[in-house]
Amino acid sequence: MSTVIKQVPPAAMPLRFATPIGGVAGTSFKPEHLPDILEAGPRRGFFEVHAENYMGAGGPPHRALETIRRDHPLSLHGVCMSIGGPRPLDKAHLARFRSLVARYQPALVSEHLAWSTHETSFFNDLLPLPYTEATLACVCDHIDQVQEAIRRPLLLENPSTYVAFRESSMRETEFIRAIAERTGCGLLLDVNNVFVSAINHGFSALDYLADFPLSRVGEIHLAGHAEQTDDEGDLLLIDSHDGPVADAVWKLYEIVIRRRSAVPTLNEWDSKIPDWPVLQAEAAAAQAILDRHQSTAMAGDRHAA
Amino acid sequence: MLPEAGLSFAASFAPALLDPARSTPEVVTGPNGKAANRRYDVYRNNVTVSLIDALAAIYPAVQRITGTDFFRAMARFHVRSNPPTSPLLFEYGRDFPEFIAQYEHAQAMPWLADVARIERAWLDAYHAADAVPLSPARLSAVRPDRLADLVFIPHPAARCLRSDYAAVTIFAANRDEAPVMRIDASTPEDALITRGEFDVTVRRLPPGGAVFADGLMSGRPLGEAAASALEAASEFDIAANIAGLIEAGTFTSLSCGDPS
Repeated sequence: MSTVIKQVPPAAMPLRFATPIGGVAGTSFKPEHLPDILEAGPRRGFFEVHAENYMGAGGPPHRALETIRRDHPLSLHGVCMSIGGPRPLDKAHLARFRSLVARYQPALVSEHLAWSTHETSFFNDLLPLPYTEATLACVCDHIDQVQEAIRRPLLLENPSTYVAFRESSMRETEFIRAIAERTGCGLLLDVNNVFVSAINHGFSALDYLADFPLSRVGEIHLAGHAEQTDDEGDLLLIDSHDGPVADAVWKLYEIVIRRRSAVPTLNEWDSKIPDWPVLQAEAAAAQAILDRHQSTAMAGDRHAA
Repeated sequence: MLPEAGLSFAASFAPALLDPARSTPEVVTGPNGKAANRRYDVYRNNVTVSLIDALAAIYPAVQRITGTDFFRAMARFHVRSNPPTSPLLFEYGRDFPEFIAQYEHAQAMPWLADVARIERAWLDAYHAADAVPLSPARLSAVRPDRLADLVFIPHPAARCLRSDYAAVTIFAANRDEAPVMRIDASTPEDALITRGEFDVTVRRLPPGGAVFADGLMSGRPLGEAAASALEAASEFDIAANIAGLIEAGTFTSLSCGDPS
């Protein structure tokens, strides 16, 4: 008989962290930072991982994630479910996603309004979709399936896009609001994506935020972007996740937090990954904004009591 | 299968992602009538570069040997003709070693495909299921007259690869940034890839060692596997080899053959 180590059963991995986790700032967890994180000891905040990186059977990735999860709330961020695609969801992938949720009991679970697989090819990018009644029905059906599988609400992230579809008949905010209403899912508001798309499509980021169902937002993402130009030589922003958050995005973030107060906020950094202190400083900047507005909200709570 | 009404966007959007000869899909546009060529190119670039990066992450020694420009050009061909079929990128590139073996510009490096095979096996071992390796004490406890019938259960991470070239030495010399000394590439070397307690290790097997390890890992009894190894290499040392395989974490368990 083989002596395979049993996976830690869900019950043995105590949730230990109140959900919702409230107004704390988190960072992407990158394995190269593990020694620094462990040396510093448990800290306020949470860590987010891309679910797909932990879909192997065993080995060092799971050992690292168990170590992190023992002392910190976890956010499980799916990247490849292809919720926005026209094809049926990949059942095997959905099962893997469900097992990760059961094993690690994350405080937050999210996926993207995008697609990445078509026919047999996986494109490893978050590709855009048209906003129509037909795609709305398809996306809602996919989210129903995910939420049924994981037995909890999913947070759906607004995309950053570079093109629009001629056939789109709804605004993105209208489309996302309809998804949330029909499926009961929560939302992950990526403020950098709002800024990137606003520049790329020539709309006002403030109007977008005014139109966005903020009451449904269960997590916020912040990230850096890069600059290119479009065919006409105008600015085209790229959602590159390879640098610090831009000043304009910090300003938008503060506007959102002023309205929504405590929302867990992640600083995403996925490429040209800096040393741990740099990433930690970005999270500290988000935490300072959260704390500034939390103290007002908590004072309000006390008055109410 | 035809997409349902109103859901043909992906079929229109996808084909040009990995095919630079195709033009920007008609279904997309920039805002206010702006063009979408450079905009669509962002997606083409994201897809192609991220998949080349994925191969570079799986095959760092191959990239170090060939140099970045050579590697990325070779990987671009492969990415365009063989995009991943799984959303798990650590499963990608299984056919890349064979692609390298056939790649016209890599023919001067006949050992390169074997180095790639070791790197692919390294990553498989890294993600393989957890299991407690067999303790050497288990072998010592077996009665000498039962040794020949012993059958071993391989560890999920264990792999054995054979090469006509010095693939293990070349792999080991190129997995980090240390300077590489001159290597005689023509010495055949066989590799044992395991993940014992924690980390993946790649060992060079002695002559006959790969025949022996392959035999045991495919469930042949110890006596048979040892006989094949001795046939392959007359100097084969059974005791040293079985001890070495167990110490490396190649197995999880053993049994004394037919319980009857």
